[in-house]
Amino acid sequence: MKITRETVEYVAHLARLDLDPGEVDAYTRQIDSILEYMDSLNALDTNGVEPTSHPVPVRCIMRDDVEKDSFTAEESVNNAPARIDTFFRVPPIIEVEE
Amino acid sequence: MDILNLTIVQLREMLKKKEISSVELTGYYLDRIGKYNGELLAYLRTTDDYAMDMAAEADEKIARGEDAPLLGIPLGMKDILCTKGVETTCASNILKGFVPPYDATVIRNLKEAGFVHLGRLNMDEFAMGSSTENSAFQTTSNPWDTSRIPGGSSGGSAAAAASGLCVAALGTDTGGSIRQPASLCGVIGMKPTYGRVSRYGLIAFASSLDQIGPFSRTVSDCATMLGVIAGHDPMDSTSIPEPVPDYQSFLGKDIKGLRIGIPAEYFVEGMEEGVRKNYEDNLQVLKDQGATLVDVSLPHTRHAVATYYIICTAEASSNLARYDGVKYGLREEGKDIIDMYKKTRFKGFGKEVKRRIILGTYVLSSGYYDAYYRKAGKVRTLIRHDFDEAFTSCDLIVTPVSPTTAFKAGERLEDPLTMYLSDIFTIPVNLAGLPGISIPGGFDAKGLPIGLQIIGKPLDEGRILQAAHVFESVKKVPTIPERYR
Repeated sequence: MKITRETVEYVAHLARLDLDPGEVDAYTRQIDSILEYMDSLNALDTNGVEPTSHPVPVRCIMRDDVEKDSFTAEESVNNAPARIDTFFRVPPIIEVEE
Repeated sequence: MDILNLTIVQLREMLKKKEISSVELTGYYLDRIGKYNGELLAYLRTTDDYAMDMAAEADEKIARGEDAPLLGIPLGMKDILCTKGVETTCASNILKGFVPPYDATVIRNLKEAGFVHLGRLNMDEFAMGSSTENSAFQTTSNPWDTSRIPGGSSGGSAAAAASGLCVAALGTDTGGSIRQPASLCGVIGMKPTYGRVSRYGLIAFASSLDQIGPFSRTVSDCATMLGVIAGHDPMDSTSIPEPVPDYQSFLGKDIKGLRIGIPAEYFVEGMEEGVRKNYEDNLQVLKDQGATLVDVSLPHTRHAVATYYIICTAEASSNLARYDGVKYGLREEGKDIIDMYKKTRFKGFGKEVKRRIILGTYVLSSGYYDAYYRKAGKVRTLIRHDFDEAFTSCDLIVTPVSPTTAFKAGERLEDPLTMYLSDIFTIPVNLAGLPGISIPGGFDAKGLPIGLQIIGKPLDEGRILQAAHVFESVKKVPTIPERYR
C-alpha cells in the first residue's frame, strides 16, 4: 500500500479540492497502482545526475524595465464571476472574531 | 475542383488569381462542418460570423495585392489557445464562458499571416488524456471508424483535419497529444522543438513539456503552418532566439545517405502485429529512397512514462491552482474562501484532471519531493542523454507513434494506467524537448491508420520535413476516409 485514504484526503485539501467519498476510494486505488508503477525509477542509479528542469538550455532571460501597455482594470475583471466595480468579490478570507 | 486535396500554397495561388475567394473557401468549409460535425463532434463551437468577416477582410487584402502565407485560409483551433473575444474553455466546465482579453502569440502570428478562424476544436480537458474522452462537453469520433476514439488530447484537431473540416489546424503536445491523434486519424501532426513556438497565451498544462504544433493533410501544409507559428517571443522566456528557417525549402530534397536510427527499445510487448509490420515496411521504404538504417539504443525508454507522469502532474498541479472561481470561469459559493475554492474545483474539474492534480500535489509534497519529483528530473536527464548519444550516429530517429491503432470508445476508461501507456513512444520526445512528427504510414487490417514518427535533433524540423516529404511522395497514403471525400 503506497498511499492511504487519509493521505489522499489530506493532499486534496492541500490542492483545495473537495472529493466525494466514492472519489476518495477510486483515487486511492488508482493512485496507489500508479505510484507502484513509478517505483521502477528507484532501480536507476542517478548519483551525480542533475535534474532537467528545462529541456533546451536557455539563460535566465531579462528585459529592460520599460513601461508597456497592459490590460485596463475593466478588461482584467471582465470575466469575474463576482465583482464590485473593478474589484474581484470573494467570500471572507480572514476569520473575524465575533 | 478538389479543394480538399490542395495545399495551402496551391490555395494561395488560386486566391491570388481570383479563381476562388476566401469567402467561398470559408463557406465551403463551414458547409462541410454543418454537414459532418454532428456525427464527428470535432468542433466544440464554430465562429461562423467571425470567420466570414475575416474571410471578407482577406478578400479585400487580396484585391489590394497583399500577400501573406495564410491569407484567406480557414483553420481550426484547439480550444486551449487564447483568442481575443472568443470563448476558450480547454473543454472544461471550470472555464465555461471564459473570454480571453488577448490573443496567444501563435494566434497573433496566424492573424498577421491572414488566416480565417473557423472554430474551436475539442480536446481532453486541460489537455490531459489520450482519447479526447475526458472532454467535459462531448466525445469526438475517429473519422475512419466512428465507434473509435480519435486519440488525444488534440482529438478534435486530428478528426477535423482527417475529415476535411478545415484546411489545417493547431493542436498542442505535452506527452504526444499532437502526434498520437495524428497517427490514429491518419494525418500529419508535428510537435516542434521545445521553445521553437511561443507558449504565451497557451493555457498551461505542464510548462516544461507543452508545445503548440500543426495538424495537416500534407507535409507542405505542415511546413507552411510551422513557418508562421515558430519564432522567438519576448513574452515567453522559454522561447528560443534562433531564426526560423524557410521550411518549404527542405521539401523536394532527397534523403540519400541520411542516417536513420532505429531504437531497439521501441519494439514493446503489447504492440499490435499490424503496427509492427507497417513500421518495418516503412523503414524499407526509407531505405529504398537511399537512407541508411542504423541500430541505436535508448536504454531509459522504459522509464519514460513513469518519469513523465511525475513531472507533468507536478507541473499541472501548480498550473491549475489558478482555477479558483475568483478571476474567471465557474464559481460555486462557499462559506469562506477555502470552501469556495474546494467546491468550485470539485464541480469544475473532471475526474482525470482531479486525479492528476492529486498525484502532482502528492509528488511535490514535503517528504516526497526528493523521492519522486527530483528523482524524475534526474531520470529525465538520463533520457535526454540517451538521445544525445544516439544522435552522434544518426541524423533522424524513426519509430512507431502508438503501439496500437485507434481503440473503441470507452475501452480504456477503467484503468488510467492503460491509457497512460498509449503514449510510450511519444513521451520521451517531450522529456528530451526534441522535435517530432507523425506522418501517415498506412493502415492495419481493419482499415485503421498507423502513423510513423520521425524524431530530430533540437531545431532540426527542416530535416524532419525533408524526410517526411520524401516518404509522402513515395507512399501516397490517403488522408481522408471515403465517406468524407
